[in-house]
Amino acid sequence: MIGPISFTPAGDPAAIRRLRRDTVVRPVVLVGTGTCGLGAGAGRTLARVKELAGERGWDLDVVEVGCIGLCASEPLLDVQLPGRARLCFGDVDPDKAEAILASVLGGGAWPELPLFQFPAEDHTPWDGVPAIGDHPFFAPQTRWVLKNCGLIDPRSLDEYLARGGYAAFRSVLGSLQPREVCELVERSGLRGRGGGGFPTGRKWRLALETPATQKYLICNADEGDPGAFMDRAVIEGDPHRLVEGMAIAAYAVGATKAYVYIRAEYPLAIGHLDNALEQARHAGLLGHDVLGSGVDLEIRLKKGAGAFVCGEETALIASIEGRRGMPGPRPPYPVTRGLFGAPTVINNVETLANLPELVARGPEAFAALGTAGSKGTKVFALSGKVSRTGLVEVAMGTSLQTVIVDVGGGAPGGKRLKAVQIGGPSGGCIPADRLDVPVDYESIRTLGAMMGSGGLVVMDEDNCMVDVAKFFMDFIQRESCGKCIPCREGTRHMLEILQSITRHPRREHDHQALERFQGVVHLEELAGVIKDSALCGLGQTAPNPVLSTLRWFRDEYEAHIFERRCPAGVCAELLTYAIDPALCNGCTRCARVCPVDAIHGDPREPHVIDQTVCIACGSCLEACRRGAVSTGAGRQTCP
Amino acid sequence: MNRTVPDILAAHPGAGRDALIPLLQEVQEAEGYISRAAVAELGTHLDLPASRIYGVATFYNQFRFQPLGRYHVQVCRGTACHVKGSLGVFAAIKRTLKIEDGETSRDGLFSLEVVSCLGACGLAPLVAVNGQVHGEVTPESVVEILRRYRREGAVA
Repeated sequence: MIGPISFTPAGDPAAIRRLRRDTVVRPVVLVGTGTCGLGAGAGRTLARVKELAGERGWDLDVVEVGCIGLCASEPLLDVQLPGRARLCFGDVDPDKAEAILASVLGGGAWPELPLFQFPAEDHTPWDGVPAIGDHPFFAPQTRWVLKNCGLIDPRSLDEYLARGGYAAFRSVLGSLQPREVCELVERSGLRGRGGGGFPTGRKWRLALETPATQKYLICNADEGDPGAFMDRAVIEGDPHRLVEGMAIAAYAVGATKAYVYIRAEYPLAIGHLDNALEQARHAGLLGHDVLGSGVDLEIRLKKGAGAFVCGEETALIASIEGRRGMPGPRPPYPVTRGLFGAPTVINNVETLANLPELVARGPEAFAALGTAGSKGTKVFALSGKVSRTGLVEVAMGTSLQTVIVDVGGGAPGGKRLKAVQIGGPSGGCIPADRLDVPVDYESIRTLGAMMGSGGLVVMDEDNCMVDVAKFFMDFIQRESCGKCIPCREGTRHMLEILQSITRHPRREHDHQALERFQGVVHLEELAGVIKDSALCGLGQTAPNPVLSTLRWFRDEYEAHIFERRCPAGVCAELLTYAIDPALCNGCTRCARVCPVDAIHGDPREPHVIDQTVCIACGSCLEACRRGAVSTGAGRQTCP
Repeated sequence: MNRTVPDILAAHPGAGRDALIPLLQEVQEAEGYISRAAVAELGTHLDLPASRIYGVATFYNQFRFQPLGRYHVQVCRGTACHVKGSLGVFAAIKRTLKIEDGETSRDGLFSLEVVSCLGACGLAPLVAVNGQVHGEVTPESVVEILRRYRREGAVA
């Protein structure tokens, strides 16, 4: 017999409606205070709102919520009046907050139109304000994992419960055997969202079938991919969803101890999760004899210490055990021999956060969404050169075009979209003319990229693909743990080749010229060796950024190697510098900083750059206060 | 809340090897860095040689072995920040503070660290000073931000 969850207003429909904010008794102001909101100044907006309420005697409820995903319009401020639909305003600084509140509460003209409103039953909608479902950012989305993000107070267990939270866990605990839960998840077709795409239910069953007295569940929240912030946003906005997902998973695999391995760089997420765990313990959802079921479950937080390789399963385990985070050979796989030698299931945050919704909707409904091999939804962190950056959740099978152009609004400033980088340092670049690819594990792999955890970094015509490849090689080379030679030495050498093809001709030594000419051939060969022989997933996928850019943007590599020019005008050493005589006032600042004395001219007379001496270091460009130094993507003259 | 290393160790009696990283984190939080003395004390408490502890501590990017400046400047060099020009921001910071990555300025006011991602990519490029995130910075605006902190530091 599964006991009830200790929940204050249980059985009181009016109280539940208040917690869901279906009915509010006084105006509510909601400010998005996730990391992205705070970075955009939500803290100041929030402080001003509280101050105003005191000054003007407004009777307000002020609530802090997580991120709804529209990072580009942060700070976001929502206002809900009794009986009226909730309104959402964007880019709200303290002054604007004052104007908005004065007009909404006082009934004057709004200083500007809200972004959208949240239509709801018994709430009178506002005229002339689009519904959230009609906003271009939200219209193509299917929000299952992010359902509550930005709507509920992440510090409140009651609000999560009022929205049906922990009902899935309770039903699983009361009516299903662990084996049945594994089967249910297997039937749903859920695959790991951390990048690999291994079927979650099968992984669980393997661990369940391994006999052991102690088993572990680890939630991988070490979101190390630069450009990815899905996990952070889920934990900051709806931490109980992760806790519930973990509780379901732990029950299914028979784990009584679970860890969340979370990046130390996410202090806010750690705080919210810690609070959620404490609340769950208090409510009897964790600890000894959970809800009277006889099942024990303890969840602990482990802060990562900043190593990208710890996203790899075996390295992550080593790190939790207090060792250097270096991967080990597999097999044995963690499901048979993992943490402290016990069977261990490692799932990503998004995978686990899918579970409450999966159980609530049933495996058939979950499997009905998506493509043949990829079911459900996928959350993407959209950033880079795109108008509406943010957190996006779409059904599997939606095209990347929809995500980037419809949701994201395409490249800003009328620039031409060039490529999108998907999957972080292990993924690859997909060129703009292939964006019709549907979001699923297999389709993306055929283009030489991989789903990864879901970072999407958009690049426009001003980005150089060789520079992007170099950036990733530099990252991987620094983050390589050094255990196996292909990764340690190979990635370093790939970086050196990329550096030699972006180096100024005058700084090049003989053998480096050779290296440059052999560049493309060597890069491909080396990449193949690393892929085949590296020990872990980090190394095996390390060459992907180079291979995918080589595949789609070979002409850019060739322009760098043979013509010695950077078509996008990014690689500083391959640019030509010139001084505009009409703007130069002869302040001599540039001549003084030039390390090779390539700039000549009398004081108070326009200066000139001697192109035969210039090494294109860019010092003059930085030094000039009049904007007289300009760069061109012109061909470099070889000495 | 000035905890000392013995305080921290006393709060974890009988800690095993798996407590090493959390303990290092607590020590760094309390003292700002991992000192040689702290490593020795940790070694006695956990029954581990100092070489092992250094082996673990130097593996992870988080641990520092020199004290921090008063303002801890973290420059994000994630992908989104990179494509939006964080290299120029980083160069401007280095020029202004006259220090490199991992160093502390001579007046003890600023220390500079490159981080791989702060996770607020929607606001790229990012710089965080003592945990306070500044979004959409430019090489010009970051100099102004640093100047503000310098003034604040000089007054206090």
